[in-house]
Amino acid sequence: MAEAITHSYLENTGKYKGILAWLTTTDHKRIGLMYMYAMMVFFIVGVLLGELMRLELFRPGQQFYNAQTYNGIFTIHGIIMIFTVVIPGLAAVFGNFSMPIMIGAHDVAFPRLNLFSWYLFILGAAIALSSQFLGNGPPDTGWTFYAPYSTQTHTNVVAAVFGAFVLGFSSILTGLNFIVTIHRLRAPGMTFFRMPLFPWSLYATAWIQVLATPIVGITLLMVIAERWLRIGFFDPSLGGDPILYQHLFWIYSHPAVYIMILPAMGVITEIIPTFAQRRVFGYKAIALSSLAIALVGYFVWAHHMYTSGMSITARWVFSLLTFLVAVPSAIKVFNWVTTMYKGSISVKPPFLFALGFIFLFMIGGLTGLSLGSLATDIHVHDTAYVVAHFHYIIFGGVGFAFFAALHYWYPKMYGRMYNFRRANMAFGFLFVGFNLLYFPQFVIGIMGMPRRYFDYLPQFTLGQQISAVGGLLLLIGIIIMLANLFSKKGAKAPDNPWGGSTLEWTVPSPPPVENFDEIPVITGEPYNYE
Amino acid sequence: MTHTESHITDYRVYGWVLLALLILTTITITVTWIDLSALTVLVALIIASVKSFIVLRYFMHLKFESRLFTVFVVMVLSIYILVIALTFFDYLLR
Repeated sequence: MAEAITHSYLENTGKYKGILAWLTTTDHKRIGLMYMYAMMVFFIVGVLLGELMRLELFRPGQQFYNAQTYNGIFTIHGIIMIFTVVIPGLAAVFGNFSMPIMIGAHDVAFPRLNLFSWYLFILGAAIALSSQFLGNGPPDTGWTFYAPYSTQTHTNVVAAVFGAFVLGFSSILTGLNFIVTIHRLRAPGMTFFRMPLFPWSLYATAWIQVLATPIVGITLLMVIAERWLRIGFFDPSLGGDPILYQHLFWIYSHPAVYIMILPAMGVITEIIPTFAQRRVFGYKAIALSSLAIALVGYFVWAHHMYTSGMSITARWVFSLLTFLVAVPSAIKVFNWVTTMYKGSISVKPPFLFALGFIFLFMIGGLTGLSLGSLATDIHVHDTAYVVAHFHYIIFGGVGFAFFAALHYWYPKMYGRMYNFRRANMAFGFLFVGFNLLYFPQFVIGIMGMPRRYFDYLPQFTLGQQISAVGGLLLLIGIIIMLANLFSKKGAKAPDNPWGGSTLEWTVPSPPPVENFDEIPVITGEPYNYE
Repeated sequence: MTHTESHITDYRVYGWVLLALLILTTITITVTWIDLSALTVLVALIIASVKSFIVLRYFMHLKFESRLFTVFVVMVLSIYILVIALTFFDYLLR
């Protein structure tokens, strides 16, 4: 590759300097970083709220604050973590930063729309967070805003719901941008089946963002209409049907889980071949399984509603469909493991995080099957078991994949390396802390500990206390990781520190403004390691 | 991509489309005077679907653009129909 003569994207060359140069940028790499900084702030707030819950649950009975405050805290913890951290998640940060380079493009198809999406994201987050300070106190519905309670409670549900509505538009526009970028801006010679697998996963994700998000948008507006205008959509006393809310909400919010996890799977699919120095096993199977997950993922939403009074036939049909979606997920896991087989593996921090992802995602996925089957779900529905399953998928899956991606592309983003020993130590704390925090929740969940309860019976004390210790270790791990990455500058990073074979490793670290002096011509497959 | 294609449609075609849409609108209004009981919504939806089809084909250029766009529209509509069908499936069997 030709040495770049242009400036790195981190240098200000335009009209503005300093923060203004960032706030007016249309460079996909800068927008990716802006998403990351905003999300890190939200993530830290969400983590601290989670730790507050752990403290309160350390012993039965009231410790530090009352039940209504607890309801407010788990609601805003959910809203922040779901809508402002994991839904934009890897797609907004690493999709923006890496995807255009990986497909050999100068930028996304609509750079200004991309910046607009970021502003919508910030605006939506601000509106959602304002619910904490305005009106009649923080919403206490849980992040799912289940009707009819959400249409009746006196707390400030409208701000939170409207914030989520605006955040949805940010998600739709990012999805649209990525679909057009991947269709129109691939380098010459890069057919769909020569495209790396992270862009493939983003493509599947983008379709879900575009097609599913409008449904939750309109549903949330219906909640506002019912609160303000007393139109009876969901409240039976007004002639509505509360189960309709659950249908509409989960028609989006279940595919939203795939908005979160598909890019995570894509990142893992990049990391494993790089660190095993081996061609990815079953390229087409992985690519198509992303599409299969996106498609089947549309038709499984009602597995959240087995105990809500749906018809018996609908229950078993949705249970069957839920089991189908496990197939493409398993295809990916088998292919990752097979890619590592007989590879020359170098255990560096991104790879460790990727292994952590596979392990935790497997536990999350398999416990998902016991929730997807009708009989066992009746037993553990709305218990701590669900909390554990969900966090294993979303934090153990998406979170660890995010950390893996951060450690993988960090040298490319900043042109600097980080301390491997400290990164490994952070991984140790995160991995042990995570399992100590969430595994006991499976156990006390099966024993009957309900989720979202402020108080509990004495037999759950030990489990809750192990969780609290795990929470502390997890927090230490996060602090070590962020300090390692962001507190001081490491050594200068080479263009290709890991020996990766995809296009982003052919450009300088950090990449120049337009990525490529000359768009490369693609002649072969993306994972070419002899 | 620098490659662009443009398609120029004859004004008469647009005239015919406009006329067809006006006629269908008139039919929509006319049938509301007839009592079709349970079929009322179905008939209104069928006429609206025909109108959308014409708009998509001519005004939104699906007829002249790459096949890919037609595939996208059909795919999106199929998912939408399946989602609605699965939701109502619960209501019908409850």
